[in-house]
Amino acid sequence: MNSAISDTLTFECETGNYHTFCPISCVAWLYQKIEDSFFLVVGTKTCGYFLQNALGVMIFAEPRYAMAELEEGDISAQLNDYQELKNICLQIKKDRNPSVIVWIGTCTTEIIKMDLEGMAPRLEAEIGIPIVVARANGLDYAFTQGEDTVLAAMAQRCPEISVASKQNQPMGSAFSQTLKVSNQQDHPPLVLFGSLPSTVASQLDLELKRQSIEVSGWLPSQRYTDLPLLGEGVHVCGVNPFLSRTATTLMRRRKCKLISAPFPIGPDGTRAWIEKICSVFGIQPQGLEERENQIWDGLKDYIDLVRGKSVFFMGDNLLEVSLARFLIRCGMVVYEIGIPYMDKRYQAAELALLQKTCQDMNVPMPRIVEKPDNYNQVQRMRELQPDLAITGMAHANPLEARGISTKWSVEFTFAQIHGFTNARDILELVTRPLRRNHSLQGLGWSSLVKEQNQLIPS
Amino acid sequence: MKLAYWMYAGPAHIGTLRVASSFKNVHAIMHAPLGDDYFNVMRSMLERERDFTPVTASIVDRHVLARGSQEKVVENITRKDQEENPDLIVLTPTCTSSILQEDLQNFVNRSSMSSKCDVILADVNHYRVNELQAADRTLEQIIKYYLNDAVKQKNVDRSITEYPSVNIIGFFTLGFHQQHDCRELKRLFNDLGIQINQIIPEGGSVTDIKNLPNAWFNVVPYREIGLMTATFLEKEFGMPYVSTTPMGIVDTAKFIRELQFYVNFYALEKIGYKVNYESYIDQQTRFVSQAAWFSRSIDCQNLTGKKAFVYGDSTHAVSMTKILSREMGINVICAGTYCKQDSQWFKEQVSEYCEQILITDNHTEVGDMIAKLEPSAIFGTQMERHIGKRLGIPCGVISAPVHIQNFPLSYRPFLGYEGTNQIADLVYNSFTLGMEDHLLEIFGGHDTKEVITKSLSTDLDLTWTMESQKELSKIPGFVRGKIKRNTEKYAREKGITSITVEVMYAAKESLSA
Repeated sequence: MNSAISDTLTFECETGNYHTFCPISCVAWLYQKIEDSFFLVVGTKTCGYFLQNALGVMIFAEPRYAMAELEEGDISAQLNDYQELKNICLQIKKDRNPSVIVWIGTCTTEIIKMDLEGMAPRLEAEIGIPIVVARANGLDYAFTQGEDTVLAAMAQRCPEISVASKQNQPMGSAFSQTLKVSNQQDHPPLVLFGSLPSTVASQLDLELKRQSIEVSGWLPSQRYTDLPLLGEGVHVCGVNPFLSRTATTLMRRRKCKLISAPFPIGPDGTRAWIEKICSVFGIQPQGLEERENQIWDGLKDYIDLVRGKSVFFMGDNLLEVSLARFLIRCGMVVYEIGIPYMDKRYQAAELALLQKTCQDMNVPMPRIVEKPDNYNQVQRMRELQPDLAITGMAHANPLEARGISTKWSVEFTFAQIHGFTNARDILELVTRPLRRNHSLQGLGWSSLVKEQNQLIPS
Repeated sequence: MKLAYWMYAGPAHIGTLRVASSFKNVHAIMHAPLGDDYFNVMRSMLERERDFTPVTASIVDRHVLARGSQEKVVENITRKDQEENPDLIVLTPTCTSSILQEDLQNFVNRSSMSSKCDVILADVNHYRVNELQAADRTLEQIIKYYLNDAVKQKNVDRSITEYPSVNIIGFFTLGFHQQHDCRELKRLFNDLGIQINQIIPEGGSVTDIKNLPNAWFNVVPYREIGLMTATFLEKEFGMPYVSTTPMGIVDTAKFIRELQFYVNFYALEKIGYKVNYESYIDQQTRFVSQAAWFSRSIDCQNLTGKKAFVYGDSTHAVSMTKILSREMGINVICAGTYCKQDSQWFKEQVSEYCEQILITDNHTEVGDMIAKLEPSAIFGTQMERHIGKRLGIPCGVISAPVHIQNFPLSYRPFLGYEGTNQIADLVYNSFTLGMEDHLLEIFGGHDTKEVITKSLSTDLDLTWTMESQKELSKIPGFVRGKIKRNTEKYAREKGITSITVEVMYAAKESLSA
């Protein structure tokens, strides 16, 4: 599939000296999403301080995540890992009694080769709480991919849809849901994967319902005990571009059929996403074009602000391609899409839509830079002078001081950006620096560093 | 392994990076996996830094892990040397990469051959020391490196300056109100006619380190960072140092008297007369600073005997305990610190000013202690502020760990005479104020909303009847929790499970009996 597009889409790879968040940060949103969970990050002080400080998620009231802090004795293997983890998990059971404990492996557990996967089943049997192990380490993954590791691990714990395997269903699953739901539909069961706030998830459910498609479940579900049924014949479709491992797991391990669609971000993406699902189920979509147009009409005031403006993605959360595609459709010019990691197969439909959008809008294809080098990117920005840089937190203030407007990429990770209804929220974020500039323009200064440090050639 | 929800001091590499990035034209290279470079975010966001943080992560990923990091680290060092033209590059691992046990010193040796700048490896044990200890150690290491080098090259001018001068050691990035404290100290030295030779590390240049011995003496405002450097300078260059923190009226005076003592070492020989700062101290104390007058004012009288809980790093917790106790007559029922490495000194300093001492870095112990002691106000870190919120006890923040609120745009020093004003404001505004206090007592307050549990752990074994709950809601909010707890304690002692109005009164009587 990629050979068709590789002629025109170019991918570069740089040094990888770039700043992004550690993948353990997924804990910050997943513990809220999965209400009956407890996340235990097995790592060092460095990991703990990150969660508490850089991400601003301070562990104050009713914490449902914590650190199992590795100390010198753990590193030098003087202590028994199993016993240590058991003590901690027993305490968590006593204090919080969660339905599931998710162990988040880190770089350190990788390096000391702590066998979390080996210990979990034993401990799970001993303490009677399911333990899911995800290796959200910075050696292999970036930022949002942490969620990918957790969902891939959880996919293994979803109950099997076929009656035959009723005996080996995992602990804590509610098999009583039965197959009744899927029997009522005249299409195969559809499970969506990716963690979204429940309101956004129900908006997408509703959009599909308008096309007579019933969503039989979400991975992750609001509660661990309500994980969706999976198995042969179940169709799955992702809502986020960073879930390639989960997709692979669902296909290979759970024998599900993956619907490869662009992602439901922006009215264009949402329509393409629904259309793709419909086409797989042989359903003729009803009123989608009108729905899309209606949303675009509602965005007019914002689109007038961004049309013709340029944007530079430094690369952080792997949502870059989808956002760039939507912004190009809004009339913006994208100079560069930096992205930590590009799974060309999982993102194939999205890349094809990006390409088509560029052709439709008659703009050049942006360069896609994997594992970017932040220093080089800043040099390129010096040349290009984009109207907006979408960047990680570490670079926002220095760029602003040099007269380049910025928006934090993390805001797109935490904001509600999926589906038709939330397209406005994306533009709300994108236009904020532009609107701010507009209200401050009477002040007469935009650069706040001394001459030699500026990016603007004087 | 330990279960951890919160930590007061960060990991070692944060301390190293704070020191390295405080110097001018010093770049730090982290040998670390992706995402460990969040120091850049902290500095850029909290300090609202306009410049790019001079820290680059040389990423350790799977490939690097398989092949070894030497090539990549050396390449990144030489590259930064060319791009940024720094005077010094500091290489540091993190907790994670330090267990790889790669020979980083060897990488440093190799890359320094091909670089114009100096390259050193921050020498700290990432599992044994915390942020503060690592910062202290790294600062000493850098100072030693340049001074020893200068000595070797016979490039050290050991003579002292014409006029009294001082080095200030220990102001650095991401410190608690340090930018303001630094400005205040500069002003103080200016008033006293003492020149500032160098401020290390904030804004200092490593090429000037060889001139440190030109100052008459050193000053270490915070004991967490800088003492190792000061001790080194004393031992090797015979430079005395002052480590009294000029916080509060009494200690600021003590600090100035110590300055006077050291200035007068050389004063006669250099400037021809001995200095006397007593009139300055008197003038500042009685007329310039408002804090001394505040202690005498009727406002502060109402604070007499109020109970306060103090917790923070050792410098701030000790100073605050002394200020509350000797300058305002407030009863410090417990003083604590998370600087366990400094517990000996801490105990010596506060023992005569407080009833109880708490040395722990476990925030639940701190929370439980506060819940048990029920102070009228807390002076602690951001964590205690949150504990206070849950318990309904006001808290003034007096110590790191830092938060964006500790980087106010306006001038808020804790040191010097302006610092005394700022602290007096903080203390006064933290307590329920004078008349407000009386009115609440007389009229029962206006806060009659639903009763909230004030204990950190909830007890489900006791039930309150409708009437007794109503009665409880009539009690002013600020004592309600205490009465609730006392009643429950009484009920538990008597084996009563249902709390009626009668039980409440019986409890009250038993207490006053």
